[in-house]
Formats: sequence, C-alpha cells, structure tokens
Amino acid sequence: MAVIQVQRKTLTLVERAYLPQIFGGMLTTIKHFLRPAETMEYPEERPAIPPGYRGVPTLVMDPHGREKCVSCQLCEFVCPPKAIRIVPGSVAAGAGVDHVEKAPQAFDIDMLRCIYCGLCEEVCPEEAIVLQTQYSTSGYSRAELVNHKDRLYELGGTLPDKHFKWDVKKAAEERAGGRH
Amino acid sequence: MADFFFGLPVVVQAVVKGLAVILFIFPVAAACSMAERKVSAWIQRRPGPNRSIPPFLVGIPGTRFLQRLGLWQLMADGGKFVFKEEPLPDHVHRVYYTLAPVIAMVPAFTTVTVVPFGAYLDPHGGVVPLVLANVDIGILAVFAVASLGIYSLILAGWASNSKYPFLGGVRASAQLISYELSMTLSVLPVFLWVNEPGSSGSLSLARVVAFQSGTSGWGGAWFLFTMPVSALIFAVALFAETNRQPFDMPESEADLVGGFHTEYGAFKWSLFFVAEYANMIVGSAVFSLLFLGGWNLLPWLPLATLMEGLHHVTGWAFWLHPLAVGLVSIAIFVAKVLATIFVFMWVRWTVPRFRYDQVMRIGWQKLLPLSIANLIAYAVGIYFLQG
Repeated sequence: MAVIQVQRKTLTLVERAYLPQIFGGMLTTIKHFLRPAETMEYPEERPAIPPGYRGVPTLVMDPHGREKCVSCQLCEFVCPPKAIRIVPGSVAAGAGVDHVEKAPQAFDIDMLRCIYCGLCEEVCPEEAIVLQTQYSTSGYSRAELVNHKDRLYELGGTLPDKHFKWDVKKAAEERAGGRH
Repeated sequence: MADFFFGLPVVVQAVVKGLAVILFIFPVAAACSMAERKVSAWIQRRPGPNRSIPPFLVGIPGTRFLQRLGLWQLMADGGKFVFKEEPLPDHVHRVYYTLAPVIAMVPAFTTVTVVPFGAYLDPHGGVVPLVLANVDIGILAVFAVASLGIYSLILAGWASNSKYPFLGGVRASAQLISYELSMTLSVLPVFLWVNEPGSSGSLSLARVVAFQSGTSGWGGAWFLFTMPVSALIFAVALFAETNRQPFDMPESEADLVGGFHTEYGAFKWSLFFVAEYANMIVGSAVFSLLFLGGWNLLPWLPLATLMEGLHHVTGWAFWLHPLAVGLVSIAIFVAKVLATIFVFMWVRWTVPRFRYDQVMRIGWQKLLPLSIANLIAYAVGIYFLQG
C-alpha cells in the first residue's frame, strides 16, 4: 500500500544517442565562457558589507570623544568562548564622565577565541562594544591576535549616538536637584 | 641558406630538424596547458591564473596583459618542474620508471615530423606541402607511431609497482585497443575517395588536403561536410586515444588517485603532460588535415585561389612569393589546429567522465559497428561515384 511503484521512463532515441545532450551542454558552457567572471579579485576588489554584518568586535567612543564602556563586565560574562577579559579601573578625573563610576583599565579580546556571535554587542547597556565591518584578521603570533584596549578603540572609532544616554541622565539629575 | 642546410650531412640535418620540433612543440604544449587552465577558468566564470610576474617586469607597459593571461605563471611552473626535487619512490622499478616519461615523449614528437603544416606554390603553380618528412605512408606512420605512446602509460603503470597506477595502465591499454579500430576504419573512406581508380595509391596527408583544394564539386567540399559520420567517429576516437575527458580513464583521479602518474612528480610528471598535449596537437593537426581542409581557408576556396585573389585585389606581387604563401598557409592551418584544441578543452570542461564499462560499450558496441557501416556505405557510394 505504502509502496508506490514508479514506472521508470525509457530514454528516447535522441537521449540514448547522447550527442545532442553533449552539444546542449557545450552550448551552456560556451555561454558562461563568453560572460565575465563571477568571482572577485580579492585584495584589490572588496565585497560590499551588508548592514548588520558581524565583523571584529570593537570598542567605540561617543561623538564627544568619551569612552563609552563603563566596565560593567556583562560582555565578559556573556561571552560564550570567554574571549573577553576586562580589568575595571576608576575613571580619570576631568574626563567629562564624572557621573560614571568605572572605566576599563584593560580590555582584551582574544580574536583566536572570538566566535563573532555578537552577544557582547547585544548585552552591552552602553552600546560601547560593536561588531563592525572588519572581516580579515591575521597575525604571526598568538599574542598579536589579542586586541588590547587601544587597538579596540582604534578599530572602533567614533559612532553616531542616537540617545546620548549620559547627557539625558545628567540633565534629569540636575532638573531633580541632585537626586537620581 | 637552404643550400647550406641541404649540404650538411644527413645526421646533422636530422638533429637540426629534431631540435626544431622539440623547440617548437615543447613550448606550444606547455602553452596549451596554460590555455587549458584559462579555458577551464573562463568556462567556470573565474579569471584563472593571473597573478605571477617577475618583479623586474612590474610596471612595464604590455606586461600587465601577459600577466593577466598567465604567461609568467606558465614560466614559473616550468621552472619549478625543472628545479624541484625528483622523487624516486623506493618500491618502483627504477629503470622502467625513469624510462616511461621518455617513451611518452618519443611518439609524441615523432608523429609531428610527418604532419604537413603548410604549403607554398612552386614556380609552376603547383602546391608543395611544408613537412619535415614527407613520407608517402603519411597517416599510417601517424597511427603506427602514435600507438606506441601507450607503452609509456603501461610501463609507467607497471613500473610504479603500486595498484592505482597499475589499474590506470591496464585501462589505458584496453581503451587504446578499443578505439584504435574505429579510428582507422573511420579514415578509410577518406582515402578510398582520395585515391581514385587509375591514380597511384597514397596515404599521404598532403594528398588529402590537395584533394580538398578543388574549386568546385565534391573536391572542394571539406570531408567534414561530405563525411560527417567519419569525422564524428574520428573525433570521438581521438578523444579516447589522447586520453582526454570524457575518456580519461587512465588518469581518472576520482577513482585512481592520479592513474598511471600517481607515483610521478616534478619533471617526469611534466613530461607526461607535455606528451599528452603534444599528442593532442598532432591529433588536432591530423583532424584538420583530414576533415577541415588543411590550409585552405574555406570550402571551395583553396590556398592557390586565395593567394591569386589577394594578388588580384591588392596588386601586390608579394602575395605570390613562396614565403607569403607559406606564412598564410601556416597561419590558416595553425588557426584550425588551435580551434580544434579549443574544442578539446571545451568538451573537457563540459562533459563528465564516462564510467569504465561505458567506455568499453561505446567503443565496441557503438563506434565499431557504426564505423564499419560507415565504411561500407561510403565504399558503395564511392564505387558509384568514381566507377
């Protein structure tokens, strides 16, 4: 009942002769022969990076040139391969971020461990860690492939900020007369 | 110059001719291997090898184009094959293992000598073929010597003393025997037609071209059009004889690692490939001579008429000079050979490899009866045409 008998179709004479099939195939290949190459000549030509691409994780500054990371270590905890190591430190006086308690003293991302999952970006309350468009990482030693804090900021640069969360909080605090 | 050359001892003449052949075929065969890589790349929509260039040539105008064509890659590969280490596995029969690639080269280069590659007009208006050794047995010499090429594959397979090369060698011999018959039978109608009753019989390839040089009637039409079935059988058998895809059973890297050349490397390996391409060039040349009218530009437009026409239109007496005629004929012939080689490559990158039993079935059950029927049909037809 469950077995369905399928009649195998017999080949026509033309199909058995095989030559028309070969000529058909040759027609297809010559069409491709005449068209331009589909591949990209990589180091000279670079692919277009689509929006939302998850490249190398980086640290970014806000448009005022302030360090956004507050060293909460959420990314360090969430990172599945434990690629992130953060040493929290105090904020330097006069950096313009007086209401922030901490800033990273050291921030290392081991690119040999990173799996580009983007959980760090997702978890970051300050939008300080962002997976940007860089996709090519290379180095001659393991040590070279650990991105330290300065390197992370160099890669990240400054991103436009939509919320200016700190400024909004600071203004609200002043309006409320020093209360949070 | 010519007098000086023919004044030399015969042995020296032979050495000079041999060197000329080697110096011509070796680079051309190597260039074919690069052409193969480029054609495969373009069919697969890739750019192909286009990076390597000697540093001192970077920036010189014109070299960029050659770089894109992969010319320097070809030279880099050639240099690598010459200078890299020659591996000699412990388990091989050393003498025969070393001998096999050499034997592969011999028939490949020998057959070139009997293939005419152009023609010039003598003062009486007769067409004289350009050929290194104008032997009267022509096609027979090609078949006889080309078949020897299989010994190198068998020897390589056996001397490697390992199972995959051995299977490759066995397949090579079986395949060659299977397709040799059809190939020979397919060209018989051509020579039946060419050797009209009353004329002295000849198997010369130049004679076949001379027959296709008529300006009207059957004589001017190329044998491709008057004998399409023969041409087809010959072409298929040629693919099998030169071990080209879809008949590259002896290599068959999917099931036999590398076939007969599994145990080979470096320069010995490259010799096999130069031999394969040289065989392909000779095969294409023979196909062009037999079926594509040799050095005639178009059907019913033979070389002599073409050159006289050019002379007539432009008014330059230069066109009738033997040198001009020779160069034009060689250009036409080389263009045909290259076109045929391109078809070889085109087919290779289109058609998947046959299974071994399919190769045998096509050879014995399809091509052989077809070529016999073709021979009988043309024999009867030619009897009524010429008798």
